[in-house]
Amino acid sequence: MQAFAALLDGLIYTRSRDHKVRLIADYFRTTPDPDRGWALAALAGTLSISTVKAAAIRAMAEERFDPMLFRMSRDYVGDTAETVALMWPDVSQDVVAPTVSEVIDVLSGTSRARAPAVLAELMDRLDANGRYALLKLATGGMRVGISARLAKTAFGQAFGLSVDDVEEVWHALRPPYSELFAWGEGKTERPDPADSAFFRPFMLAHPLEDGNVNLDDFVAEWKWDGIRMQIASTGGETRLFSRGGDEVTAAFPEIAAAFEGIGVVDGELLVRGDVQGGEAASFNALQQRLGRKNVTAAMQSEYPVFVRLYDILFDGTEDVRALPWTKRRSRLEMFVAKLDAVRFDLSVIIEARDFDHLAEMRAAARAVAIEGVMLKRRESPYLAGRKVGLWYKWKREPLVADCVMMYAQRGSGKRSSFYSDYTFGCWTPDGALLPVGKAYSGFSDEELKWLDRFVRNNTVARFGPVREVEKSLVLEVAFDAVHESKRHKSGIAMRFPRISRLRRDKPADEADTIANLRAMIG
Amino acid sequence: MNISRTAAQHWIEPHAHGIYVKPADMWIDPSRPAERALVTHGHADHARSGHTAVWATPETLAIMALRYGTEMGTPIAYGDGFEANGVKISFHPAGHVLGSAQILLEHAGERVVVTGDYKRRFDPTCAPFEAVACDVLITEATFGLPVFTHPPIEGEIAKLLAAREANADGCIVVGAYALGKAQRVIAELRRAGFDAPIYIHGAMQKMCDLYAAHNVPLGELVLATGLAKAEMKGAIVIAPPSAMHDRWAQRLPDPITAMASGWMRVRQRARQRNVELPLVISDHADWTELTDTLLELRPAETWITHGRTDALGRWCELHQLKARALDLVGREEEDEG
Repeated sequence: MQAFAALLDGLIYTRSRDHKVRLIADYFRTTPDPDRGWALAALAGTLSISTVKAAAIRAMAEERFDPMLFRMSRDYVGDTAETVALMWPDVSQDVVAPTVSEVIDVLSGTSRARAPAVLAELMDRLDANGRYALLKLATGGMRVGISARLAKTAFGQAFGLSVDDVEEVWHALRPPYSELFAWGEGKTERPDPADSAFFRPFMLAHPLEDGNVNLDDFVAEWKWDGIRMQIASTGGETRLFSRGGDEVTAAFPEIAAAFEGIGVVDGELLVRGDVQGGEAASFNALQQRLGRKNVTAAMQSEYPVFVRLYDILFDGTEDVRALPWTKRRSRLEMFVAKLDAVRFDLSVIIEARDFDHLAEMRAAARAVAIEGVMLKRRESPYLAGRKVGLWYKWKREPLVADCVMMYAQRGSGKRSSFYSDYTFGCWTPDGALLPVGKAYSGFSDEELKWLDRFVRNNTVARFGPVREVEKSLVLEVAFDAVHESKRHKSGIAMRFPRISRLRRDKPADEADTIANLRAMIG
Repeated sequence: MNISRTAAQHWIEPHAHGIYVKPADMWIDPSRPAERALVTHGHADHARSGHTAVWATPETLAIMALRYGTEMGTPIAYGDGFEANGVKISFHPAGHVLGSAQILLEHAGERVVVTGDYKRRFDPTCAPFEAVACDVLITEATFGLPVFTHPPIEGEIAKLLAAREANADGCIVVGAYALGKAQRVIAELRRAGFDAPIYIHGAMQKMCDLYAAHNVPLGELVLATGLAKAEMKGAIVIAPPSAMHDRWAQRLPDPITAMASGWMRVRQRARQRNVELPLVISDHADWTELTDTLLELRPAETWITHGRTDALGRWCELHQLKARALDLVGREEEDEG
């Protein structure tokens, strides 16, 4: 456990990506199985210990600490696991620290009810850094600035393999990845996942910054506002995967059941509504379904889902990813023709005369559930991740409104102690402010410091962790859409609000009204 | 918070800019110029310039003279005192930095101790804290949250030396406050057997000289300014935190940024300051020292200043100790520590 704790601390304090990769690679080379495999799972986000939830840690903390002192400490530190690790009394020198695999075994083998006590016993055998690592391991979510991709890159670097080769077999393997390490150390052949339906990495797009593309080389499709989804089927078994490779088959059983074909396809999960793809609210419904382990028949009929297909990766058992997009498109058209039309259709190609015409069509597309336009190079193979020059996403221009900051709350993680979460409002006809949204992104580190100071110097009231501020600062807020909401007093809610500019020059009474916002409901 | 049992509130007035001792007509650590000031120690938020008359330890007066360029004040050695209009005033070691003192005020049969900043750990650069029995304790609470436990300094110094070993081609630049922390880190490095020259930022030289003149040996110190990169390989450089991300640091060979501060206990604080090697070294009492001191002295009343007054107040409540929070102007957070 100490080696893993030291690795986590090293990753927290190291800024350089290369140095982080080196730290992880060294750890993989020098740590025995299965500890290193569990560590890889923890870093890549594939480790899940179902008996320990954040609530277990809070329960354990409340058992030992005064709730008020704990809350004050948590508020200052900005991270529950770290707060508990730091507050926990220190151990005597002669206890033996548990190994990573012992921690996993003990925690996986207990019940949810017993988990807080079991966790506390482990805590008593570790120093402050070890306790921090233990709690991070137990709850997942390392927050050490490592993506799954970077963890795999480090694995590749440790054993001289390319990260794409690692990706290819990754999703067929399970923690603690002993086959992967055996292959890495040259003890066995590459693991062969042929007989199972598993996830292949998605191809992703870069934003189209400015400039344009030649439509002779690029094809245009709508970017649908649903959930990107991969369907993999061996014929016997069909599984659905979301963007990050998480399996979501159980949330959408009707899709898996209706898929009759062998292969792997890439598409967008949508709700069938009055308009193609449904309204904004139906996106929320989709999100709710995504989180579920079981889905009721009522939900299935209330939100009828289907998948609009973009691409094909495997046609039967044939890997077609190296073919150009045009060839894959013909394969896909033939493939879709054989599927149930209620559950599957084909993403249409936008027929535009030229780029300007496409721009016009994109601008006019706001009313339907379209996020923007995708541009795909006709010759592009299907490659993992974002590759320069092949695929672009060209999102709709966001809407903006000038709002007034009303409340602020401290952030967590990198922003702990900074007031970085802001609630803002717009004016009613009788001159009152009503909250219309909350945002915690879009500003630079410099602006954050300024905002934090503004909040501290302009606090008019405190409600627990929330500060109410002087209603004097105008924030220009960008958002993708605005819709009716019964949950908010203002009657409206924004989709993906973020701060686009600080309007320190603008008097608060010149900010937008609720009526202005209401007029933007699409 | 509670109704007071002591009479101290009638002769000691906490104000936003300092503590006023009414019968003596004196201010303790006033943050604006005062006619008559009692100063606990030389840090800038306690020892301001511009007072007409000052009472402080000889070391604190020397530090103020160095910083403000003027000789002033009446020196009072540890254990000594004087009387001012019925108030007996004496100075006692606080263990914070060279010359730091607690101030004991005796009046109308009551004993009130103002701790100033203090710590209870061993520190080779200053006299150790002395527990002074009292009816009212006016305590600091800079690290007044249960998450703050400063680890033994030997381990932190070992981390620093290990990082130097592992980075032989580069150097380690340690951010440390120019008065107190810098000299303590240097003295602890010497205690750990490190006898190579230690490089210092120009802003620290005079204070280091002052420490040496007060019988705090710091070994060979070399000014880090104007040296070639090659000369600095394997060096430990001590600099004020403000200089670390400054142009000044760019002439150092591959520096690893370290910071010696109690705030380094919290990971995200270290990250926010772009610190690669956090060293949890503080000249303030940690949570355990703060609460142990209260249990040891068991004052009839505790007044809490400077720092996390709410949490220490809550702890007092849980331990049935009478406490109140004073709202003094000071650093809101982590300028120094």
